[in-house]
Amino acid sequence: MKKTLYDKLWDEHHIHTYENGYSLIYIDKHLIHEVTSPQAFEGLKHAGRDIWNKNSIMAVPDHNVPTIQRDDGIKDPISKLQVDALNKNCKNNDLLKFDLDDVRQGIVHVVGPEQGILLPGMTVVCGDSHTSTHGALAALAFGIGTSEVEHVLATQCLLQKKSLNMNIKVDGEMSKYFYSKDLALVIISQIGTAGGTGYAIEYTGSAIKNLSMESRMTLCNMTIEAGATTGLVAVDDTTIEYVQNRPYAPKEQNLAEAKKFWKNLISDHGVHYDKTINIDISKSSPMITWGTSPEMAVNVDGKLPDLEDEKFSDKRQDLINAFNYMGLKEKQNVNSIELDKIFIGSCTNSRIEDLRIVADIVKNKKIAKNIKSAIIVPGSGLVKEEAEKEGLDKIFMKSGFEWRSPGCSMCLGMNDDKLSEYERCASTSNRNFEGRQGRLGRTHLVSPATAAAAAIHGHFVDVRDI
Amino acid sequence: MEKFKEVSTVAAYIDRKNIDTDAIIPKQYLKAVTRDGFGDNLFDDWRYLEPGNLGDNHSLRKKNPEFFLNNSKFKGAKILVAGDNFGCGSSREHAVWALMDFGFRVVISSSFADIFYNNCFKNGLLPIKLEQENYIKIIGDIKNKNNILTINLNNQTISSKDIFIKFDIDDRRKEVLVNGIDDISETLKLKNKIIEYENKQSNKTPWVFNEK
Repeated sequence: MKKTLYDKLWDEHHIHTYENGYSLIYIDKHLIHEVTSPQAFEGLKHAGRDIWNKNSIMAVPDHNVPTIQRDDGIKDPISKLQVDALNKNCKNNDLLKFDLDDVRQGIVHVVGPEQGILLPGMTVVCGDSHTSTHGALAALAFGIGTSEVEHVLATQCLLQKKSLNMNIKVDGEMSKYFYSKDLALVIISQIGTAGGTGYAIEYTGSAIKNLSMESRMTLCNMTIEAGATTGLVAVDDTTIEYVQNRPYAPKEQNLAEAKKFWKNLISDHGVHYDKTINIDISKSSPMITWGTSPEMAVNVDGKLPDLEDEKFSDKRQDLINAFNYMGLKEKQNVNSIELDKIFIGSCTNSRIEDLRIVADIVKNKKIAKNIKSAIIVPGSGLVKEEAEKEGLDKIFMKSGFEWRSPGCSMCLGMNDDKLSEYERCASTSNRNFEGRQGRLGRTHLVSPATAAAAAIHGHFVDVRDI
Repeated sequence: MEKFKEVSTVAAYIDRKNIDTDAIIPKQYLKAVTRDGFGDNLFDDWRYLEPGNLGDNHSLRKKNPEFFLNNSKFKGAKILVAGDNFGCGSSREHAVWALMDFGFRVVISSSFADIFYNNCFKNGLLPIKLEQENYIKIIGDIKNKNNILTINLNNQTISSKDIFIKFDIDDRRKEVLVNGIDDISETLKLKNKIIEYENKQSNKTPWVFNEK
């Protein structure tokens, strides 16, 4: 029988099927951060259980860490307590961890692939919904809650019901300044934030083939915003090129064997998907979200929705709520939206390619006077190091950006990086929910290029025009 | 985990779709290292007119009188009814802990996000997914009449003096709640199969099992 990539990954890790239709599947790699793990370690201790496979775990503090004045340590005593708990749990159990003073520290979803700890064909979990990122490596990767973190710690397995298969086939050539972030927003605005619920999504088609590994990660990362916990891209030369020389990647004989294995991580030709969506990207414009759900997205050269068009729609009230929260009006031109802050970072867009794009746009230009703060938070210490080697940090600072240390930062505002009430931000992160970046803060999700252009102009502009 | 028992209370209703876990429990409360005490901060940004932080005395904060949980007619509700795609966004299980700590035992919606739905069953919270038609029936019953709803999981029924609805739930999920099953103990019964799998795979794909 023909199989999809998801079917293959599932079958490879399948241990047992229960009579009730649930399966026990094996988890190869477990990523851990400070926010969703302390209660799991506590539960394990309470039940007197051991960690099944300590080698499967990589830990890194990221959500709750400062991005400035790192040498002073964590000032917020409550945040410090949580990071200390991670340190203690890792130390007591002898787990691999990248500390704040380690150049390899960063956002868990940037660090895992960067180190070659996550590889094609693996099952990967983390107490974090953006674990979907690693589907870009053709790994079966998805976010779990803390109880499941505990379950994986104790058993190396999870009870799962198999998802349905969805194929999102993207064809056409992507125009300059249209990035995989824009593509993610096109998809989410088309299928909705619950469109992928119950499915594992595989991205196929010529446009996906042409994406770099980092761009694929951006796309798979935001799969959860379309409601699917898993987003996959099949293995090709780009995948193998990316993983093969990473520090923890297999070497020599193992690498040769692994490559042979990885090359089979593709969907069989002509396989049936439960649902297929075709998207032609050739005429697409860069996107911005205007509302309080990632599906509320429009073209950057367009206007906000007209309530008249939604007269009989059950979405009308949601739009009104979003206009009110965001302080915007129907039919408003996107380029009339003025900004207070710019955030470039997060597990969606904080890799070196993202930073190069930003540098290219802001070079020899100054950020607009109305921008109160513009911060760039690299995804890891190694991304930071590379950017500095290329001189990008100097370009950013000369333009008026702050150059920070790695962490989740203003994506969710658990540390000091957040929006004040009613502040409006162009953000390269993944969620624009009410209060996400700070109570009553207003978030617009965009690509790094669109955020950079907005920083220079003080309002949204079509990056293709500058 | 505590066994799920029959619930019979008024149902608190919020007419809103896509309620995300950031709204259910905002980020500043995720700094806690325990599983309890989140109830005071359930829907914190909507429920209070002033900002709050972990460790504050929340009873001193000014409440939003228009927010449904502050409406006295919903006092004592153990059933929450909310729109489509409830629990979307972040995987934070704190959302389920907050709902439970507040006193909810049942959430009724027309659809749930996958990770949230899964997290419910690890904590004894029953999410009931209803077809649109039945969902609308429930709304009608509670919105105007504020009827007491009775949720019986064994029989898979929601009833009041005016309505009687059967709901679907898969057998395994039901069993977990009814018997308060600990998933980890169940899985460890297959310990030998897991070891057998590891032995097989470490020959086939040794790089997956490399020492760090």
